[in-house]
Amino acid sequence: MVKIKQISIFSENKPGRLRKITKVLAEEGVNILAINIASSDGFGVIRFIVDKSAQAFQKLKQKGFTVSLNEVLAIELVDKPGGLFEVSSILARKRINIENAYVLILGSRKKAFLIVDVQDIEKAKKLLKNENLHFFTAQKKFKRTFG
Amino acid sequence: MYWEQEIETLHRRSLEALQLKRLQQTVRLAHKNIPFYQKKFTELGTTPRDIVSLKDLQKLPFTSREDLRANYPFGMLAVPPEEVVRLHTSSGTTGKPKAIFFSKKDINQAAELIARCLIMTGTTKGDVLQNMMTYGLFTGALVMHYGAEKVGVLVIPAGPGNTQRQIALMQDFKSTTLHVTPSYALYLASVMHNEGIHPKRALSLRRAYLGSEPYSEETRNKIERFFGIDVYNSYGLSEMNGPGVAFECLEKNGMHLWEDSFILEIIDPETGVSVSDGEKGELVLTTLRREAMPILRYRTRDIVTIIPGRCRCGRTHRRISRIIGRSDDMIIIRGVNIFPQQIERILMGIKAVAQNYQIVLEAYDQMTVRVEISKDLFDGRVEHLVNLKNEITEKLRSEILVRPKVELLEPGTLPVSEGKSTRVIDKRTL
Repeated sequence: MVKIKQISIFSENKPGRLRKITKVLAEEGVNILAINIASSDGFGVIRFIVDKSAQAFQKLKQKGFTVSLNEVLAIELVDKPGGLFEVSSILARKRINIENAYVLILGSRKKAFLIVDVQDIEKAKKLLKNENLHFFTAQKKFKRTFG
Repeated sequence: MYWEQEIETLHRRSLEALQLKRLQQTVRLAHKNIPFYQKKFTELGTTPRDIVSLKDLQKLPFTSREDLRANYPFGMLAVPPEEVVRLHTSSGTTGKPKAIFFSKKDINQAAELIARCLIMTGTTKGDVLQNMMTYGLFTGALVMHYGAEKVGVLVIPAGPGNTQRQIALMQDFKSTTLHVTPSYALYLASVMHNEGIHPKRALSLRRAYLGSEPYSEETRNKIERFFGIDVYNSYGLSEMNGPGVAFECLEKNGMHLWEDSFILEIIDPETGVSVSDGEKGELVLTTLRREAMPILRYRTRDIVTIIPGRCRCGRTHRRISRIIGRSDDMIIIRGVNIFPQQIERILMGIKAVAQNYQIVLEAYDQMTVRVEISKDLFDGRVEHLVNLKNEITEKLRSEILVRPKVELLEPGTLPVSEGKSTRVIDKRTL
């Protein structure tokens, strides 16, 4: 299984914050594959899946952002009705709680992955090991950059 | 180690006799040469001859900072203007500044008091003092500078700011001692931390003198731990020479106030009456040795208590606590008296909180506490941030009895002050 890393950035909830963050990523030549924003009154956490996560993390940190890096699950979603139902049924059966989730789409809608952020990633990976799930696997294009 | 052992350890009775003698001289000088005091004495029906014991202090008029402003620029001088060699001013947030004059003798005496403070805390010839206070009209840096030179210390007049240069100076000249505001010390720590500079390895620091802003014991501990040094609390105000009025000894338990040079009183700021021993109240100071500008019963606005008992260091001069608050910083919200320092103490006790905070007061007594979160403890989880926010709100509520609105901010959002902290923004209109 390829390790997918998620970058989380603390941000005050005010205009221009996302611009400031994405400017850093753009200048660094980092490609954003998925984004998710969660906000609670007054502040938010912006999350990204990018192609060069380690490099993006270092740069953001260096620029003074409050940032963290953690591994998430990337489970393939079958592009048909009930696709998410199937995946979530397995997660429910294994009693894996979803802290946060969003979708990553690759190759112009050819493949979609559910990004699942969980408390204990190692435990979750172990629990899901023998399930009929397809995880993100190294593709040629991303081989160098993921992991 | 003492600079002037005899006077520093003088028996209380002899010290009080000395105080009375000097008080009488000061009162005569002020009465004779300062029209402002003449008028006050007449109003109160007091003459210098009425001062026959220290208890008679209560017969003397108070001096407020408004009095100093009203008599700006030369009104409080007790000597002809050509006798003064230095001017400092203390700026207020509103209106005219206060002018503080020093004669040659006054400068020397202020330096002597600093020399006592330095020797008391182990700084001596061979030490290198990096003075990060503001040089200029503010007394903080210059008074310390003169005192340190008197002791034979190498002084680096760095002034505040320019953090990269500060770090380079500390490294190149092996500074052992810092004179710095607490907020700048914290800022310096955060910069060094971010750059991966380990003060214990890279620097030769042994101690720091922190003053000019109130700060908490937690802040002291934080700075001591980070730099691996001893931090000593320093108290002074421009109206009373600047630094060197009261200073901690190696015991770090309250600041010895040099009672041969100042008479201290603790009063209730509302009534002006002395509080009972050990109770908190406003510090009132009378100069005993100043010739250019003697000041009687100056209302410092600083809230302190006297630390009871003798100090183990052997000095007989009484100790005052760190500043609990400023009588005019006191915030009244929904009828509750709050000092910003209470809020600081709570915030500094919470790990995930960084150094900077701000208190904003708005219409209808709405209080918002804006808090920078710690970069190192951020793990990306929204619920942890929500929990942190709730924890801060609850802890503040139980301390100040008012539930504030808490805002979490990115580190580095709030301004770092170089002089006095401006932590409270009051947008309420009366």
